[in-house]
Amino acid sequence: MSTQDTEHEHDRDHDHAHDEITAGDGIGYYETMEIAVRELLVSKGFIKPEEIRRQLEVLDSRTPALGARVVARAWLDDEFRARLLENGRKACEELGISFYDDTQLIVLENTDKVHNLIVCTLCSCYPRPVLGLPPDWYKNKPYRARAISEPRKVLAEFGTFIPNDVDVRVSDSTAMIRYLVLPRRPEGTETYNEDQLASLVTRDSMIGVVAAGVADPRTVK
Amino acid sequence: MAINPVPIDAGIIRGVILASGEAPLFSPSDRVEILARSPVGHYRVPMYLRGKFGVVHSIVEPSAVDNEEEGYGRNAGSKRHYYRVSFLMSEVWARYAGSPRDELRIEVFETWLVRARA
Repeated sequence: MSTQDTEHEHDRDHDHAHDEITAGDGIGYYETMEIAVRELLVSKGFIKPEEIRRQLEVLDSRTPALGARVVARAWLDDEFRARLLENGRKACEELGISFYDDTQLIVLENTDKVHNLIVCTLCSCYPRPVLGLPPDWYKNKPYRARAISEPRKVLAEFGTFIPNDVDVRVSDSTAMIRYLVLPRRPEGTETYNEDQLASLVTRDSMIGVVAAGVADPRTVK
Repeated sequence: MAINPVPIDAGIIRGVILASGEAPLFSPSDRVEILARSPVGHYRVPMYLRGKFGVVHSIVEPSAVDNEEEGYGRNAGSKRHYYRVSFLMSEVWARYAGSPRDELRIEVFETWLVRARA
């Protein structure tokens, strides 16, 4: 949600036109600063343009699809699941997922007794090596403040209703640890293979705001 | 200062004295208080937890450089442990609406913790 949307709280009957949504013309202060510092570092020979491009490729290669593979493997392989819960980073490294940001990973298993939710109240700590970039709402203040103080209400707004006999456990990620939620394996997926299972695992289910979905098995390979 | 407690029959030589920070000062299930300091600059302990009481859930290995120092580019030097500390939501938020068993967990650097009475 843009700042304009937040400030522009109106009722539903519109009596005025809105501007077309377009990318802004000018660039902002921090963007200008970033370009200036980057060009300075390159011109002074501290970093090469190839290194910047390489790092962008590293980031681009990390998407929720990686996390989904990890979860699907854990659902199918109990020994892998045990290793994943014991040391998330090592188990992901087994699958070839490197931790370029030198963070550790704790994997939090959702059960019929505990539902886990991840937030970074200070900024936007996120398990980027396995999930890529965080969604905008994860970085915005309303989620950061409310996930920690009224998690059940936030979950309900995502359509996730946690019964009172299930404990909600919120992990605030602020320093060197990143978290990944291992969602519960949906019922009726006993015959699914790893690809089919991975297709049920969404980014949001690995943040803990929703459960892993149940797709029609006919629509997945 | 801690002395390596592993018995000699495990093949470990006894009597090796560890430097400050090498061995964790707190253990799982220790009750701890988060210091209510207000440092200027970069910090990693959110305001809402300062002065709150929690329980050490686990020790984060390996020991690490303090992220608050690292924020200023000081990424060498002595390491200490982070702890995964658990708080009851109802103790953190006076008017918490939810199960009394709902919990919050967060990693806290050793220098922010003091031992609290059980």
